[in-house]
Amino acid sequence: MTTETVLEIRNVSKHFGAVNALTAVNFRLERGEVHALCGENGAGKSTLMNVIAGVLPPSEGEVLIEGAPVKIASPAVAQSLGIGLVHQEIALCPDATIAENMFMAATNRRRSALMNYAQLERDAQAVMNRLAPIDVSQKVGDLPISSQQLVEIAKALTLDCRVLIFDEPTAALTETEAQVLFGIIRDLKARGISIIYISHRMAEVFSLCDRVTVFRDGRYVATEEIADVTPDDVVRLMVGREISQLYPDKQHSSERLGEPILSVRGLGDGARFRDVSFELRHGEILGVGGLIGSGRTEIAEGVCALRPVTQGEIRLHDKVLRLRRYSDAAKAGVVYLSEDRKGSGVFLDLSIAQNIAALDLKALTSLGLLNSRKERVLAEDLTRRLGVRMGGVDMPVSSLSGGNQQKVAIAKQLAVDPKVILMDEPTRGIDVGAKSEIHRLLRELARAGIGILVISSELPELIGLCDRVLVVREGRIAGEVSGDEMTEEAIMRLASGIGPANGTNLKASGHAA
Amino acid sequence: MAVDTLVVAEKMRRPAWKRIGTMREAGLIAIILSLSVIMSFASPHFLTLGNFRAMLMSFSVEGIVVVGMTILLIVGGIDLSVGSVVCFSMVLSGSLFLMGVDPWTASLAGIAASAAIGCIMGFFVTVVGLNHFITSLAAMVIVRGLCLVITKGTPLSLFTLPPAFKAVGQGTFFGVPYVILIFIAVVAAFDFLLRRATAFRKVFYTGSNEKAALYSGIRTKDVKFWVTVLCATLSGVAGAIYMSRFGAATPTFGVGMELNIIAAAVIGGASLNGGSGTILGAILGIALLSVVTSSLILLDVSVYWQDMIKGCILLAAVSIDHLLHKRKAL
Repeated sequence: MTTETVLEIRNVSKHFGAVNALTAVNFRLERGEVHALCGENGAGKSTLMNVIAGVLPPSEGEVLIEGAPVKIASPAVAQSLGIGLVHQEIALCPDATIAENMFMAATNRRRSALMNYAQLERDAQAVMNRLAPIDVSQKVGDLPISSQQLVEIAKALTLDCRVLIFDEPTAALTETEAQVLFGIIRDLKARGISIIYISHRMAEVFSLCDRVTVFRDGRYVATEEIADVTPDDVVRLMVGREISQLYPDKQHSSERLGEPILSVRGLGDGARFRDVSFELRHGEILGVGGLIGSGRTEIAEGVCALRPVTQGEIRLHDKVLRLRRYSDAAKAGVVYLSEDRKGSGVFLDLSIAQNIAALDLKALTSLGLLNSRKERVLAEDLTRRLGVRMGGVDMPVSSLSGGNQQKVAIAKQLAVDPKVILMDEPTRGIDVGAKSEIHRLLRELARAGIGILVISSELPELIGLCDRVLVVREGRIAGEVSGDEMTEEAIMRLASGIGPANGTNLKASGHAA
Repeated sequence: MAVDTLVVAEKMRRPAWKRIGTMREAGLIAIILSLSVIMSFASPHFLTLGNFRAMLMSFSVEGIVVVGMTILLIVGGIDLSVGSVVCFSMVLSGSLFLMGVDPWTASLAGIAASAAIGCIMGFFVTVVGLNHFITSLAAMVIVRGLCLVITKGTPLSLFTLPPAFKAVGQGTFFGVPYVILIFIAVVAAFDFLLRRATAFRKVFYTGSNEKAALYSGIRTKDVKFWVTVLCATLSGVAGAIYMSRFGAATPTFGVGMELNIIAAAVIGGASLNGGSGTILGAILGIALLSVVTSSLILLDVSVYWQDMIKGCILLAAVSIDHLLHKRKAL
């Protein structure tokens, strides 16, 4: 057996400051197998893949290729060792053609000074034809997201790899495109190439993979033969505890059907979403699910005027809202918490107090001057209520852990006494402990009468936290689930448009969560 | 996790940006003082009231422009056209005066025209969506051309300016030149506003993270527009003072001034990535450059070397800034 091991990870750890993303993990990949890597978001899967692909150096531990220890200092080294990574996030040059993007790594390695574009395009087209009929002379920036994802995959196929890593490759693909990809993966496997396949989708893992390794909270949990386990077993290993303990209690059924706080009728922006109608009621947490790129974020942005809408009506407590820009929405009490915390949620260099004051400047101002004492009092009050762990409100937000940064971002919204908070991926990249604190906080806010809408890609989070879940597909509300119908299976069906239960392969994933 | 966070917190009890700010300003003061001590031994002329007054005078007017540039850098912008705009304000007021307009009115017109140039640049930055660098690069060339057009390329001699007007640039108040008083007033006012006024807090939010500021309901485009206008307006004010001080208006005045101004602000801690910078730091930055220039002159260093040395100082300051930022990010 050992002679067949292509890649081995021994006791690898990775720290980011005080955060341990990986703690002494082990992993072994055999020749010609498709090996699934499962774990919740934040379990350390992507970190490990970045270590293997040379994007991040490990803090401790070793990586062995065919038994020999190697140091993978950069992506170029990884490629020369025959390791290819298909990124979850698209990492392409939008202004270059598909062909140029596909052969970027190869171009980087070539010795000759001049490019042979005709040859390049011919080769690229040959590889691309295996995946989909897309003209490789187009610019990548002109393609829709799902085609860009195909280019990412095609790019990896051009490398002469012995190990190919797919990080959630189907997140943005349609069902047909995904099936084509599965065919290619099986073909690669038959040619002796080893595949690491990262996915949340149990159905894919169970139809495609030979073995599965589970990570939890940055630690190795177990490796099993797929034939020996059920999806329920894998999910149990991933979560490590009963899901119900993770989430706060939901609304009592007697409290259901409270007064609507926010009602949206026929909202559309003429491009990304249309005909969106829903109600957010008093006391509930309303979830919004759907695939990445389905228009979830755009709908939330439309509701709070971060994106212009062309049709539809938004009512807040039965009064029609006319919003021209986001500052109007914030004034009316509808605030949005972005999914990209560092990019657009907080001011990393500025202090906690300055962050919390950002939305509420007017209340802290007299005669054009900012009252810094009031600012401190506000910040101290809110950070205490939210349990932000920090040295003091004068500290920069960059000194906090991800979970505490997110609490500061929420505190910023609460400073204006909002009526509705739209949260996009409120717990992305946050460790499990802080995550359940934020969930409890959201539940308390909902009880206190603030309308909470949570967009999430994590199905367990939607099911565990929310009272109802709307599912968005291709810019429209595909359906709504609540109560006992709220299963991963039901949400995935609506999100991917498969229709009501008739397939068998998706069945298993529902119950575990 | 909680314990780790608190350990980090313990080490950084004072806000990092303030700490680095004070460190930077204390460091600049130390450099300026030690350079002065060394120079007072090296040259008998350095430690004289006359030399100090000359140094203060030399950076007072530029200091007004530095204030505008620092605020613009904080919002994440830059203005390469300041030298041209200073000159434009000067030659426009000068030629209006020669056409018979009262010099005070002429100066106000020059300042207003400078503000208008700021509005045009602000339009291209916020509405058209060009970046500050390209917009102001174009403005630098266009406005310089405008200066040459207005003057037909020849310097305007303004010796007929009334004494009351000349007093602004040349007179003193109890022995202190008005120029220095104006400079101190502008610096004190903007330093206060930048620290305390809500409007200027929005400048920090926008520069620190424009998207987060937008998502906090701040009209970031308006903020960028008005800061661009402010910088050009202060350049206009500087131009009016120069006219009074020199009693002349040269169409080539202020060529290369932008580099000195940006260097001063950056040495003083303004980040080219936006979000940080202080008025005090920027003023210390221009003071340092002025002390260096004065020293080089007194030491009889060739003019050709002077630019090179100043360039090296800028490079060192920017490197320090970059390294500090990198450490802060961890």
